[in-house]
Amino acid sequence: MTDQTPEVEELVHKEYKHGFVTEIDTDTVAPGLNEAVIELISTKKDEPDWLLEWRLQAYRRWIKMPEPDWAHVHYPAIDYQAISYYSAPKSGADGPKSLDEVDPKLLETYEKLGIPLHEQKMLAGVAVDAVFDSVSVATTFKEKLADAGVIFCSFSEAVQNHPELVRQYLGSVVPAADNYYAALNSAVFTDGSFCFIPKNTRCPLELSTYFRINAANTGQFERTLIVAEEGSHVSYLEGCTAPMRDENQLHAAVVELVALDGAEIKYSTVQNWYPGDENGVGGIYNFVTKRGDCRGADSKISWTQIETGSAITWKYPSCVLRGDNSIGEFYSVAVTNNYQQADTGTKMIHLGKNTRSTIISKGISAGRAQNAYRGLVNIGKRADNARNYTQCDSLLMGDTCGAHTFPYIETKNATAVVEHEATTSRISDDQLFYCRQRGIDEEDAINMIVNGFCKEVFKELPMEFAVEAQKLLNLTLEGAVG
Amino acid sequence: MLTIENLQVSVEKKQILKGLSLAVQAGEVHAIMGPNGSGKSTLANVLAGREGYEVTSGIIKYDDQDIFDLAPEERARKGIFLAFQYPVEIPGVNNIYLLKAAVNAVRVHRGEPELDAVDFLKIVREKMQLVKMDESLLNRSVNEGFSGGEKKRNEIFQMAVLEPRLAILDETDSGLDIDALKIVAEGVNTLRNENRAIVLVTHYQRLLEYIVPDQVHVLSDGRIIKSGDRGLAIELEEKGYDWIKQEARAA
Repeated sequence: MTDQTPEVEELVHKEYKHGFVTEIDTDTVAPGLNEAVIELISTKKDEPDWLLEWRLQAYRRWIKMPEPDWAHVHYPAIDYQAISYYSAPKSGADGPKSLDEVDPKLLETYEKLGIPLHEQKMLAGVAVDAVFDSVSVATTFKEKLADAGVIFCSFSEAVQNHPELVRQYLGSVVPAADNYYAALNSAVFTDGSFCFIPKNTRCPLELSTYFRINAANTGQFERTLIVAEEGSHVSYLEGCTAPMRDENQLHAAVVELVALDGAEIKYSTVQNWYPGDENGVGGIYNFVTKRGDCRGADSKISWTQIETGSAITWKYPSCVLRGDNSIGEFYSVAVTNNYQQADTGTKMIHLGKNTRSTIISKGISAGRAQNAYRGLVNIGKRADNARNYTQCDSLLMGDTCGAHTFPYIETKNATAVVEHEATTSRISDDQLFYCRQRGIDEEDAINMIVNGFCKEVFKELPMEFAVEAQKLLNLTLEGAVG
Repeated sequence: MLTIENLQVSVEKKQILKGLSLAVQAGEVHAIMGPNGSGKSTLANVLAGREGYEVTSGIIKYDDQDIFDLAPEERARKGIFLAFQYPVEIPGVNNIYLLKAAVNAVRVHRGEPELDAVDFLKIVREKMQLVKMDESLLNRSVNEGFSGGEKKRNEIFQMAVLEPRLAILDETDSGLDIDALKIVAEGVNTLRNENRAIVLVTHYQRLLEYIVPDQVHVLSDGRIIKSGDRGLAIELEEKGYDWIKQEARAA
């Protein structure tokens, strides 16, 4: 690379700043996990008995489970007794008092992503006044949603205000003891989101802006439950392009989606947790269980994910295609740079007749990163005329990274049609030279080519987020080649 | 505008150009002809700054400046344009998006404000007429699924939009049928002016029936062995490259 500007040079070596002063919360439980801690969490949250019982059962299963080690990722053993499992919601008093106290590099990143000023404050953990724009915006959102009959609130609120719905659907897609991390989450989750779309209702808003403003701090063991009743429709966006302040290393979230007859859920994720420094020190372990149940006929669940952050990403947003004619989709871009590791993909479980699924996965590796696609297409005995199309492309940058593909196909029905296409490529010198010969510098050329590679997935994102995702990708790969 | 003196270039230790000299003035069109393997494409690539070509000796001056140390994008921004022999496909990257980025990179280099989408499209529509570009090609991925003729036309279209000072056309005629060749040639002819120099690299003189060069050079075994006017190309067509090689040896 011949003409890196000092600014780019600086960004290449930029560190992701999360090193805020951490003062001990007065309302934090001492590290360690046992039944007493779970009872304490449940009591603090004023939960009904059935929920405490559910948590305890999950815990009792969890302590007997071996920690899984089959993923293509490597990390030192996690000491689960060293984690504190409950912290009172942050008052904000321990955060920086104004943006002046926030690391200028972080602000520069926000600037590049085009995050509005008041949201920058929220994300950086700045204590904000009660009166600022987004509060009134949020109120307007709430009214609009309420008019449509949509319930959208924190998980804790849902437990208090809609216990019958929570009880009916919680754990119905991801059972409490589904896997090691789901069991842990079920035992100790502290909050998350709940969304209920009543029959024949089209949710009047993309649940995205709202989410970003209101749910930036949902914690380490997050629980999300979305139920779309017959004939309803919702588009939900989780996460944030902006790097968020966070001191927790292990994130084990569970997301459950339920789509009844004719319902459609579109779930988009942009994940940008702290990836660790350029030497692979630190960073978030993101071990997530996400599953959608197309419970009704003609229902549809579509996952779109842009994964750029975390030291380790380990997740497989899946669809159980139970209803006849139901549709499952998975669109994914996973980018790993430096020492990041990702083992991600999906499971499409075809149970109903005429069920269809589409998987488009784009993995990009740079630096010394490892990026694996792992996917299962399972066609059950009753699933006549099931169809799957899988396309799985990897792009390598440099020669010290790795891309791996583990596709599993299991078919118990002879009428199934399953297609799998996979490619691995490098950004070719020809492509780079072509762009540079037109006056575009190498960094911009790489961004352009990478974004082109991801286009099929980006176009599935809600409009505003597609733009942000593109910028995010560019930031993640800055200095990856040169 | 362009001065090349005693240029020697190796690719993977093998010497390809063995002391090539050439001078091109603004407003001129030069044709570089030669048999396969004579070093024509190497010359085009070296001028554009492609990596993998080792310049072992000689000078390349563009506007009296040595361009050796300039990266490809810097040369491009200074007005050097290469129309590729095999334009590469870039999946997912919109043809017009790439071109807008290119135009604005050049403008920023010149200290001019970037064009917004509206102004840019105005220029694009105007230039599309020149090469009779089909509008549908604008919003497709760069060269992806283009026919041979469409790819070459796209190169000339990019040239029309970027308005380079020195344009090097590397075998732009190869793979074109006669109709496509005429369209491309017409496009190039309308881009001829007193401020711009054009270097045509070609194997056949066919293109020169439509773009009449000021000078014709014959490149053989890494050197220019004969220069002349349009008549030289016609003579070559009749007698073949062997004739001129023999003549060069005799001299």
